[in-house]
Amino acid sequence: MTSAAAEPEVQIATRPRRSAQLAMLIFAMVITIAGFAQVGLARDGSLPTGMYGYGAGLGVLVAISYVVVARFAPYADPLLLPLAVFLNGIGLAMIYRLDLGTSRDVQLARAQGKNPTGLWASAPNQLMWTALSIAAFAAVIVLLREIKVLQRYMYTIGAVGLFFLALPGFLPSSISGSLGAKIWIRLGPFSIQPSEFSKLALVAFFAGYLVNKRQALSIVGKKIGPLNLPRARDLGPILVIWVLTLGVLALENDFGTAILFFGLFVSMLYIATERFMWVAIGGLLLAFASALTPFIPHVQQRINIWLDPKSYFDGGCQVGNKIINQIQTVAACHAKGGTYIADSGQLMRGLFSLGQGGVLGTGLGQGEPWRTPYSFSDFIFTSFGEELGLTGAMVILIVYALIVQRGMKAALATKDNFAKLFAGGVSFVFALQVFVIVGGVTRLIPLTGLTTPFLAQGGSSLLANWILIALLIRISDTARRPAPQPIQDEGMTQVVRTQ
Amino acid sequence: MNQITLTLMKVAFLAVLWLFVIAAAGVIRADLWGSKAAAKAQRPRQAAQPARPPRQAAAPRVRRAEPTKLVITEGARAGTTMDLVGTEITMGRSNDVTLPLGDDYSSGRHARLFSQNGQWFVEDLGSTNGTFLGRAKVSRPEPVPVGVPIRIGKTVIELRK
Repeated sequence: MTSAAAEPEVQIATRPRRSAQLAMLIFAMVITIAGFAQVGLARDGSLPTGMYGYGAGLGVLVAISYVVVARFAPYADPLLLPLAVFLNGIGLAMIYRLDLGTSRDVQLARAQGKNPTGLWASAPNQLMWTALSIAAFAAVIVLLREIKVLQRYMYTIGAVGLFFLALPGFLPSSISGSLGAKIWIRLGPFSIQPSEFSKLALVAFFAGYLVNKRQALSIVGKKIGPLNLPRARDLGPILVIWVLTLGVLALENDFGTAILFFGLFVSMLYIATERFMWVAIGGLLLAFASALTPFIPHVQQRINIWLDPKSYFDGGCQVGNKIINQIQTVAACHAKGGTYIADSGQLMRGLFSLGQGGVLGTGLGQGEPWRTPYSFSDFIFTSFGEELGLTGAMVILIVYALIVQRGMKAALATKDNFAKLFAGGVSFVFALQVFVIVGGVTRLIPLTGLTTPFLAQGGSSLLANWILIALLIRISDTARRPAPQPIQDEGMTQVVRTQ
Repeated sequence: MNQITLTLMKVAFLAVLWLFVIAAAGVIRADLWGSKAAAKAQRPRQAAQPARPPRQAAAPRVRRAEPTKLVITEGARAGTTMDLVGTEITMGRSNDVTLPLGDDYSSGRHARLFSQNGQWFVEDLGSTNGTFLGRAKVSRPEPVPVGVPIRIGKTVIELRK
């Protein structure tokens, strides 16, 4: 047994870090429960009854996820799971807080004999979707032992992803439409947003495709000035799928998702080839696309609102040379003989919300974030901005940044090219999604309806993001697992544990 | 609830949020440079190792069993394991082989492993730098015992049970 002494030092970066993970998970749960408690104490002066139910529910789910990761991916990055639990937990607390307000409104309306319709915050629904998402998370970790399996089915996955991405565009609006965009599939009480899942599928497809083609794409080609153009036949399939995706999304009127997919393709080409020309080509294509926006009314409205929200507060109507505010319907505007331009009410109320919050916020349960339409989904970031202030909003953004950083770290650490590209791609697309929606609600860029990962109410988004975290955990586990030691003495030791 | 309590609660909650971020940064820091607690936890375990009775050395019988796994122990893809299913595994630098090695010192199609009646053999496919089983160069198909390293370029592969 002299070989034991000669063994190299155990590398610290590649040992299981279950205790750090457990401590961070408990911390995230404590914050969630403290959030619930604060909502109750501020609103009613007592601990809310929901705190125990939701706390216990989420606690059980978190325990299950921890056991699954500790058992099936022990070397996984210790931060990915706690960060996701943190965001999901405070998102649930905020939805619970908004739900307390809206459910009272709904009850009042019912008492008056009205039948309230539309979407509102619903904490029980969100908890149910969290349970489903964590079940999917556990299933992915247990069943998918090697991320490379996806590479084998890359064309199938790509085709299925594209099919579901395109499907809502061809369904009638009654099934797929909502607020001008056709991105839903509604079946009875369930509605899913397939683009959330297509995102992961197309990343898998592109990773597989680029692993095979990266050398052709980065080396072969004509040189024109400083740019190195690739051969047409290498570029062909990528351009075809790019045109298809963007065509589909123009059909569905959802440009947030179009930007997301476009950014995804450009970034993955860049990661695979390390050539700046892909970013330049992407920039040119984007400039070309933005020159077309005046011809698409839905997008033109968004840009009008972005440039000058004050003029269109609660509906802007142009009569002659003047723009009149607070004309909420197109018909009312036509009655005045004007042309209806846009409605910036939601964006403006979100900005008021952020302003109300200031640096320290009003405190959970003490603000009025429900005044913004969709304060529980698209605009949940401004709800946090109001109640937690800049200080709390920055914590949320840092946690997003940490998730992206851990994903990129897994991409760097793994040796398999497919896993590398996949982890890099999903991390980038996650970051881009946060940028587009948070930039949208804070009026940095035109507003487009994307979900805020883990925070916003909505099943598809939660499910897809938990699956994304499961895949990153699987990749980081493979990357950090120490390489098996060569067998030193063949005669003495024959049985070796490799798992 | 008076206003002062509520304000204190609000500030405390924000402080706890930031503590979470700081704790996360601490975990990353320990990941990069190691923590004192982890170093301490490693030491006693290593000290305890020689005390363990050499159980496997006491058992002289060597069971001849078929390998079920292929493990890359050194080289660019070190750590890769693969189940030995099917009858043939080709290895090399190119991407269309069963097991791409990502090794610049290997040929495109370097060597193949195949099984006959439960015994695995290694055969060189006319590679430039040759294939080594243990220390011997492989010139014709050779049976591969469990645990003997197969060397291809800078990559070392073993079959294991």
